[in-house]
Amino acid sequence: MFGDYSLGDLGSIFAMQGFAGLILFSVYVLMALGLAIIFGQMGVINMAHGEFMILGAYVTYFCSEFFSAYLPSLFPGYFFVAMALAFLASGSLGMLVEWALIKRLYKRPLDTLLATWGLSLILQQTYRSVFGPREVGVVLPDWLLGSLPVTDTIEVPINGVFVMCLTALITIAVGLLMYKARWGRQVRAVVQNRVMAGAVGIDTERVDRMTFGLGCGIAGVAGSAFTMIGSTGPTSGQLYIVDTFLIVVFGGAASLFGTIASAFSISQTQSTLEFFLSGSMAKVITLLTVVAILMLRPQGLFTLKVRR
Amino acid sequence: MTTIGTPPKEYLLAVEGLTVSFDGFKAVNDLSFYVDENEIRVIIGPNGAGKTTVLDLICGKTKSSAGSIRFREKELTKMSESQIVLAGVGRKFQTPSIYDDLTVFENLEISYPRGRSVLGALTFKRDAAVRERVAEVAEAIFLKDRLHDNAAFLSHGQKQWLEIGMLLIQDPELLMLDEPVAGMSVSERIKTAELLNTIIKNRSVLVIEHDMKFVEDIAHKVTVLHQGKILSEGSMEKVKNDPKVVEVYLGH
Amino acid sequence: MKRAPSFMDLKDLIAVGLLAIILIVVFPALLDGFRLNLVAKYLTYAFVAVGLVLCWGLGGILSLGQGVFFALGGYGMAMYLKLEASSVENTKIQSTPGIPDFMDWNQITELPYFWQPFHSLPLTILLIILIPALFGFVIGSAMFKRRVSGVYFAIITQALAAIATILIIGQQGYTGGVNGITDLRTLHGWDIRTDSAKFILYFVNAILLLCIVGFAMYVRDSKLGRILVAMRDKEDRVRFSGYSVANFQIFVFCLAGVFAAIGGAMFTLNVGFMSPSLVGIVPSIEMVIFTAVGGRLSILGAVYGTLAVNFAKTSLSESFPELWLLGLGGLFIAVVLVFPNGLAGIWRDYVQPHIDRALKLNSKDPTDPAANVAKQAAAASPAE
Repeated sequence: MFGDYSLGDLGSIFAMQGFAGLILFSVYVLMALGLAIIFGQMGVINMAHGEFMILGAYVTYFCSEFFSAYLPSLFPGYFFVAMALAFLASGSLGMLVEWALIKRLYKRPLDTLLATWGLSLILQQTYRSVFGPREVGVVLPDWLLGSLPVTDTIEVPINGVFVMCLTALITIAVGLLMYKARWGRQVRAVVQNRVMAGAVGIDTERVDRMTFGLGCGIAGVAGSAFTMIGSTGPTSGQLYIVDTFLIVVFGGAASLFGTIASAFSISQTQSTLEFFLSGSMAKVITLLTVVAILMLRPQGLFTLKVRR
Repeated sequence: MTTIGTPPKEYLLAVEGLTVSFDGFKAVNDLSFYVDENEIRVIIGPNGAGKTTVLDLICGKTKSSAGSIRFREKELTKMSESQIVLAGVGRKFQTPSIYDDLTVFENLEISYPRGRSVLGALTFKRDAAVRERVAEVAEAIFLKDRLHDNAAFLSHGQKQWLEIGMLLIQDPELLMLDEPVAGMSVSERIKTAELLNTIIKNRSVLVIEHDMKFVEDIAHKVTVLHQGKILSEGSMEKVKNDPKVVEVYLGH
Repeated sequence: MKRAPSFMDLKDLIAVGLLAIILIVVFPALLDGFRLNLVAKYLTYAFVAVGLVLCWGLGGILSLGQGVFFALGGYGMAMYLKLEASSVENTKIQSTPGIPDFMDWNQITELPYFWQPFHSLPLTILLIILIPALFGFVIGSAMFKRRVSGVYFAIITQALAAIATILIIGQQGYTGGVNGITDLRTLHGWDIRTDSAKFILYFVNAILLLCIVGFAMYVRDSKLGRILVAMRDKEDRVRFSGYSVANFQIFVFCLAGVFAAIGGAMFTLNVGFMSPSLVGIVPSIEMVIFTAVGGRLSILGAVYGTLAVNFAKTSLSESFPELWLLGLGGLFIAVVLVFPNGLAGIWRDYVQPHIDRALKLNSKDPTDPAANVAKQAAAASPAE
């Protein structure tokens, strides 16, 4: 498998594939972060998570269209506006869904799974009817195009670097929010003992709604970032839902660090394998490895924290 | 530390050097005690002393870090939960643990000691022997008239009785009860004491209980646990007057 | 005093008899060949749904990977039929005659070893049962022995469904890829493409389903069925009553898998092809919704639920394809929020009482364990 490449070539291949893996890693982390909050902290299985992400992608697309048509002078900065709007749109939809659907199902995790799957079908069809079945791509501002040369043989795309920085920032913010801020403590208190948390004066319903909204909002931002490396269609979200759940489960559902570590190992494995095997076999082997490890060592890799 | 020398053979249960730690916290620490045939042993101790953990260790729910538990010369620490049950150890949980979706009859029937393998359960026949035994036990646990009601509709006390009945039908040689009268009304408590007095005959019993009146009534011997270790052991009289016990319960 | 719950009491017998009349008399009398073949296709899904009632409804084990089992059966049968259709004389224009056409297109020159056993019909039938059972056993042992259950089990089985689809599509030289295995002709020399063959296969399928339904009822009414319910409720109590919980979970998971595989094999025979579109995440979860719509605790409900959802799907997606996905999504939500016991629950709460009154039967017949279980689930909200 390595025979045809010189050692220097191989180094460059690993570096370039490693970088491609880093971009995949960033998107995985962004998607998994939202899910880690919703699934890991709240114990809710949100099968519509991918659709919340796609909503963010569509918002970004419409922002890019709007700015290029009406505010071309501000176009270079549209992306930041788009991300904020994506967060708000997905977050609000998430809060609405929590209020209408999820809050009735906290004691029935498997039923949440079915109901949110239904929700994902409805959202997909809505996107198809409203935005059309075609895949759409955004126009990137000039400063995000091109690539930075690192050495003679290695160069990295700027949009990739941008997505990575963005991911790092969002991850740090979420980490601070969940582990340092008072609000994060409230979330964990509600997860561990709902009745007690209520008794000490935490508005548990509000905490639930905000947590779910936050998780969905982060998915929206992930969707926004996603537009930079891929096009968006009504069913794009579904392609990622299995990977995202595996990442969260693999990393240990309640641990933010675990989520990041598992996103890293899965994305790196996959993108490195992709160079040597066909894309589908790379994916099969990566997923099979994850599933096999999960079967052999479930206790070390995740903590069972499903709300009872 | 109360340690008796090498146990003579007639001990039914011999726990030696039993230790378990959760993330470095030793919930049970180098614990040794012995239970005779037909002995009724009560374990008391303040909250967090490790009482329930000891029962968890014996029935295999928790795996020990060190030490041995021998029951009729069989090493329980190496057996699975179901093997331990088949060896003759029965366990009642602290909160009533019964099957809400099944009837009282079906609840009792599941504990009937036959057809416990997959194939056995598939070919299990509800014959006269099963019916008679279930009826007999239902009578003993005051649920004769509720046999065909779903267990979910029973009161808290009745659920406790049902679980005791499930153990009775299982007919273990060593019966472990975790706070059997907790959360019961006064009248239910009296009936339960009466029920327990009949079922503890002809077997060894290990009971966790806080109700001192109840303990005095039934205990042959009392073991006081504190912070995962034995603080005192012996007759109720002896334990009550042990200054260490008095300090733990009344001090602080 | 009630009778003891027994296998196939009068009520079950009437209900199964009614289903048999509908499947064997009413449908063939009312429907044309095309529609009857559609029903045959729906009924193959019902095999999966019946298995899910035991595994998910009674045992509380939600598998989102039933499509994999459906594929194991379906592809097994398809491989046999394909080999028979790829005789040397049928394929003499290929560069390697005697192997399936898609292999030839993918520059494969020799039949892969795992295709070899499917030359023989008895071996094929045996493998259609054995491979899913073995697969279920391996997955089940790995997970249930380590106490993985509930949500984690669902997610991992879903991942398996995803992996299976990617693998089948990716390895098109060995599997026929995204198109699946098509152009199937004869079963042991008998042309399955003719109208008369399809008519006969419909009855074979329906009768096989009735047998599976009967067997599922036997399991439900045995002590094993009650242990499954008990396990769903209080796993530890069952364990400390001397049962190896994992063995029961493995058994019911394998059984549901074998049912699904038989359904898959019948699908190939009745519909004439097998493809990855019946394997992945979406078909697997759709099979769960068939069960949920019928009532997750009701074996017969699963059959009616499958028929109802598929009739609705066919008629809606023929005329309003956009509406169908919305309808299906709404169905998922409605079944979970409003009708957790599905059609069976509606029947029991709104129709049965009238019938019982009319027939002056004792309406509170508590001997039917499924009814008891369902009643309970209706009273309290269903646990996972």
